[in-house]
Amino acid sequence: MKLKKSQKRVLVRIIVAAVLLLLCHVLIGGHSHFGENHGHVHLPDWAAALCYLVPYLIIGYDILWKAVRGIFSGQVFDENFLMAVATIGVLSIGLFPDKEPEYLEAVMVMLLYQTGELFQSIAVGKSRNAIASLMEICPDTANVEREGKIEVVAPDEIAVGDIIVIKPGEKVPLDGTVIEGQSSLNTVALTGESNPRDVAPGDGVISGCINMNGVLRVRVEKEFGESTVSKILELVETSGDKKSKSEAYISRFARWYTPIVVCSAVALAVLPPLILGLVNGWENAQWSEWILKAINFLIISCPCALVISVPMSFFGGIGGASRKGILIKGSNYLEALAKAECVVFDKTGTLTKGNFKVTAIHPEKIDEQALLDLAATAESYSDHPISRSLKQAYAKEVDNSRVGEVREIAGHGIKAMIDGKQVCVGNRKFMRSIGAQWHECDAVGTVVHVAVDGEYEGHIIVSDEIKPDAKAGIEKLRRLGIKKTVMLTGDASATGKAIGDSLGVDEVHSELLPEGKVKRLEQLIAQKSPKKNVVYVGDGINDAPVLARGDVGIAMGALGSDAAIEAADVVLMDDKPSKVATAIQISRRTLGIVKQNIVFAIGVKVVVLILSMLPFIGTLPPIVAIFADVGVMILAVLNAMRALYVPKK
Amino acid sequence: MKKVFKMEDLDCAHCASKMEEGIKKIEGVTYASVSFMAQRLTVEADADQFDRIIPEIVKVVKKVDSDCKVIIK
Repeated sequence: MKLKKSQKRVLVRIIVAAVLLLLCHVLIGGHSHFGENHGHVHLPDWAAALCYLVPYLIIGYDILWKAVRGIFSGQVFDENFLMAVATIGVLSIGLFPDKEPEYLEAVMVMLLYQTGELFQSIAVGKSRNAIASLMEICPDTANVEREGKIEVVAPDEIAVGDIIVIKPGEKVPLDGTVIEGQSSLNTVALTGESNPRDVAPGDGVISGCINMNGVLRVRVEKEFGESTVSKILELVETSGDKKSKSEAYISRFARWYTPIVVCSAVALAVLPPLILGLVNGWENAQWSEWILKAINFLIISCPCALVISVPMSFFGGIGGASRKGILIKGSNYLEALAKAECVVFDKTGTLTKGNFKVTAIHPEKIDEQALLDLAATAESYSDHPISRSLKQAYAKEVDNSRVGEVREIAGHGIKAMIDGKQVCVGNRKFMRSIGAQWHECDAVGTVVHVAVDGEYEGHIIVSDEIKPDAKAGIEKLRRLGIKKTVMLTGDASATGKAIGDSLGVDEVHSELLPEGKVKRLEQLIAQKSPKKNVVYVGDGINDAPVLARGDVGIAMGALGSDAAIEAADVVLMDDKPSKVATAIQISRRTLGIVKQNIVFAIGVKVVVLILSMLPFIGTLPPIVAIFADVGVMILAVLNAMRALYVPKK
Repeated sequence: MKKVFKMEDLDCAHCASKMEEGIKKIEGVTYASVSFMAQRLTVEADADQFDRIIPEIVKVVKKVDSDCKVIIK
């Protein structure tokens, strides 16, 4: 394990102080809760005190110094102050005539406190490193082509339009388009997806991916500051900005808590002996007993366990999620996600791939290929997504010489002369207007009818593909206890309903314009139970207002889309709708860990406090109090670290 | 304008929230956030005010935890 310099120094101090303390105890001896030890060397009281002071100062000088500084700079009530008061209090118990000095105890308290602090610092460092490893997606250099030569420069020196060369094993430094070469890209650091993505000339590449096998020449499309990798880093680094309610609560709590504790401790030290003294006479006032109780109170009530472990759990949860390709912009969103009750999906691009495909060809008399040939040829000049899907299905180069005059009739379709015949390709309105004997089809999707010289030849069904994990993703949400899943779409209601049914969503609302989607979402938000949330999942490109309106907005397939990263609260780096359920799982687990820590830390402290106040148990040794404090802190920190590791399932 | 500074040796979460409070009180600062885990300070203020604000931020940080450093680029 690698320790920082400052951590090493503390470790050395702990060891030296522990050894000296042991020597003092064996040689000089003294009174402690562990019993009397007479030691081998008999020293007068003041000399013994001086000997114990050496390990005490070695281990505690910085705490004392910070406490003093704190008092002068107005930061009175902090942990250093608590520890300084507690240990000095234990040391000065010896000044009371009815008490033996408890030097061992005082030094032990400081020693354990420092050990706990060291441990916590190591644990925090470790979980920070886990996050930092995510930051390693950032490349240090880029190879740029200048005047025919390749120069190695820092990525932020490269301008849009420059040509960069990415060799196998290197990270893609900036977003751009491949102009030469073929390769597979490893996107695992960005998406959590281990299947490589193949790229060829014309494809876009995204910074942060690792080039696995071929050399790529890439034309840069975005400056470094605007590239995906910078956006992601910025997002992760500033995710701590948006603090959760629990975090805000804890820091408010700590601000009031320490002064209250210190005042209560003073009251505890002074009031009972005063009352006892007044009632039973001053010789029975038991000053030292009550001071010791007050010191215990101070030590136990140190809020470190909470103050450290709560932000750490949230940070761990965000870090763990980012390893799965889920970027959460702040711990407040993590908290909101855990309270999801209803998940609303956009259809196109979210549950479906957003690319249309020919799914069925139903000819009347001619064969399928001939029908497709007619449709693809007629649509050859169009760049509409449906035309593209027809050409893609045709798979051959369209022979343009066969095509004569082409006319696009808005809202109907295309009329083209092919091989001297008039071919009409379009919707049923078009068929009706030319008088062709068309008929309906009950397949899901957009129906493209074809007629030649007024004679109906058949139709082709073009539909959007459902993402392979969409159904499983919705099923998983239901298993997680999400009450309602809703799909919103701008498509015709028949298509919307068919897709909704096949995916198993509870509600489908179709034929919605973007404003209609916002209205629908607002209705759903109005219906939710109090303190629960409605999550909206969209592709982030044309539904930014809807994303912003949801209690939590999740943008998906955001790799490379700035608009989505801006508008959403949570960004899914790959296209998978099933990641929504994963994100909710992670958030619930993190919130669970936070709750465990709060209940556990406060619970243990209250129990020990009550124990120490009970009259028949007597005064607990401060060493028990420090164990209750440091032990709780260590356990809470260990528990918080669990948030970083996302379970496989 | 928003600026993000790295912080070094920010070792206690309690201090982070105290620094945040302190920095928010500096004149001209409209927003401040100290992330204990990410070791980062985000400050929002007018661009031309930063020359005056940065030394004050350093002072606030030093006051809360003398070991902690703000890295000024």
